[in-house]
Amino acid sequence: MSVVGVNGGRRRFLTATASVVGGVGLGFTAVPFVSSWQPSERARAIGAPVQINVSKLEPGQLVTVLWRGKPVWVVRRTPEVVDSLPALDPMLRDPDSEVAEQQPAYARNPYRSLKPEYLVLVGICTHLGCSPQYVVATRAERYDLGDDWPGGFFCPCHGSKFDLAGRVYPGVPAPTNLEVPPHRYLDGDRIEIGVDHGTGEALS
Amino acid sequence: MRWLVDWIDARFPLISLWEEHVSRYYAPKNFNFWYYFGSIALVVLVIQIVTGIWLTMNYKPSATEAFASVESIMRDVEWGWLIRYMHSTGASFFFIAVYLHMFRALIYGSYKGNRELIWLLGMFIYVILMAEAFMGYLLPWGQMSYWGAQVIISLFGAIPFGIGEALALWIRGDYVVSDATLNRFFALHVVALPLALLAVVVLHILALHEVGSNNPDGVEIKRNKGPDGTPRDGIPFHPYYTVKDLMGVTVFLFLFAIVVFFIPEFGGWFLEKDNFVPADPLRTPEHIVPLWYFTPFYAILRAIPDKLTGVLAMGASIVVLFFLPWIDRHPVKSIRYRGPLFVTLMMTFALTFVVLGYLGTQAPTRVLGELGLRFGELYFSFFVVLWLYSRERRAAAYLNTLIVMVVLVGIADVIRFDPDKLGLMVWSLLIPLVYFAVFIVGPLVSSANEPRPVPERVVYR
Repeated sequence: MSVVGVNGGRRRFLTATASVVGGVGLGFTAVPFVSSWQPSERARAIGAPVQINVSKLEPGQLVTVLWRGKPVWVVRRTPEVVDSLPALDPMLRDPDSEVAEQQPAYARNPYRSLKPEYLVLVGICTHLGCSPQYVVATRAERYDLGDDWPGGFFCPCHGSKFDLAGRVYPGVPAPTNLEVPPHRYLDGDRIEIGVDHGTGEALS
Repeated sequence: MRWLVDWIDARFPLISLWEEHVSRYYAPKNFNFWYYFGSIALVVLVIQIVTGIWLTMNYKPSATEAFASVESIMRDVEWGWLIRYMHSTGASFFFIAVYLHMFRALIYGSYKGNRELIWLLGMFIYVILMAEAFMGYLLPWGQMSYWGAQVIISLFGAIPFGIGEALALWIRGDYVVSDATLNRFFALHVVALPLALLAVVVLHILALHEVGSNNPDGVEIKRNKGPDGTPRDGIPFHPYYTVKDLMGVTVFLFLFAIVVFFIPEFGGWFLEKDNFVPADPLRTPEHIVPLWYFTPFYAILRAIPDKLTGVLAMGASIVVLFFLPWIDRHPVKSIRYRGPLFVTLMMTFALTFVVLGYLGTQAPTRVLGELGLRFGELYFSFFVVLWLYSRERRAAAYLNTLIVMVVLVGIADVIRFDPDKLGLMVWSLLIPLVYFAVFIVGPLVSSANEPRPVPERVVYR
């Protein structure tokens, strides 16, 4: 290439501007490809509320329902368990449910539920998304949880522990309490998961 | 035949490529056992690509059909069981070959002498391979596939300020691991990542052929050329090393065939028992364990009782490997000419990696969880000691390093202090303290870390 008669400054300017314009174009072209990985309209629409009748639950029993592809637990706690919950406060990381995202405002109480008897939780560990085991006091030995285990949830993946209100114990990898999903009572026995108590609005 | 070669050579650099990279590519004549694993890894790559293409012909990437289609490959498809077992066994053998290949580079300093890029490209191969293995493991849609993917994707959720959760959602394409996740992992596993892998393998070999291979003595063969311009201490790759590698590949294929035909599950190490149960989003298996090649890093993740720190430590345990060429700048390449303390350091690191790998497969009980943390500390301490050893330093540098390391371990113990585990913590504290005593105090009180004279070239009688 001849150097004679070449305007170096103009050539550099043209190269730089062409590169910038081309780069911006590539950036815009990447948008549809990156956005394509977001949940599809269909996946977003499937998050419809689910209902469950709790009248047949025995005291201490846990049932699992599927909501938005996640397990949601409904536990009928015995009166002894309900009464024992405040006594655990000093041993827990967040006994008063101060992390606001983990429960709706109406579940921010000592029982983390609308009615003390029924606990509704998203059954996904706040550490890395495993589904913890429901371990009653009498089965603590199987998971090496010690003699004074009052019953609760134990995540076998990484050893996180939660009490029977889904409150996390300290010294485990899970950072926060288990999530309470938005829910409401349709009548005395039926719970609807995915719809807020009070407002009656389905979670978008 | 000759006319065909001539015809092509007039239109494509066939002969010059062959000569440059094979028949007149000179490699050091003193390669030993450790130098088999590069070519073996290449052979496994070919096995994985061929068996993978055949599996794709019968596999259905859909959450409702995936598990059944894999069972169909095992039971109905002609020879399907063999092709699948070759692919699943190949995955584990790939990592065996790659880990031994990396360990070879570590003990002979194969990232030194303008070879940093070879190591970096190799690390990119390793990371792509991990992504490839992880995404491939989701495809059978068994319990371990499902929950393993759930856990690993949730790792991104540890990034604070809501970025992590958004990122995890973006990767999954749904609120949980679902059909959308399976489909994109399938696309990445069969198209995108293999293409990237092949490209980086080519770059890895090109970079190697530019600088030339290291060898167990660390001799730079290009510095000593004979009158004909070829290295005196080198031999042409073909036929000498093609034949040697063929021998290695043959032995490798014996072992490979034994596993494929007789113990394809390898006692749950190559194919986990829980993965013979279809994915169930409502129930997590009691012990979620990744396959063995991820467990050393998984053990580090699990050992730390804090989500973000655990994820960062696990990430750091892989990232630190990228910087190895700049951590270890010692002029002596090969372990043969380093002192006995350095040899012990390398063996201890290999042992640390194996112990972490074992701990990662076990349930996180009190004692094993504590051990995981201590061996995690040893894993990172290795790189500090390697840096410390990388040139002549005054005694003060050793003492300062010792103080810093002991303080760091102490701070970690104060932060995670748990009165229930006091006795266990005190006892296990001996593990890092003995390590520091041997490797940081050791060079001060003995000459065990003095390198030996390195030969300018290797003379064979």
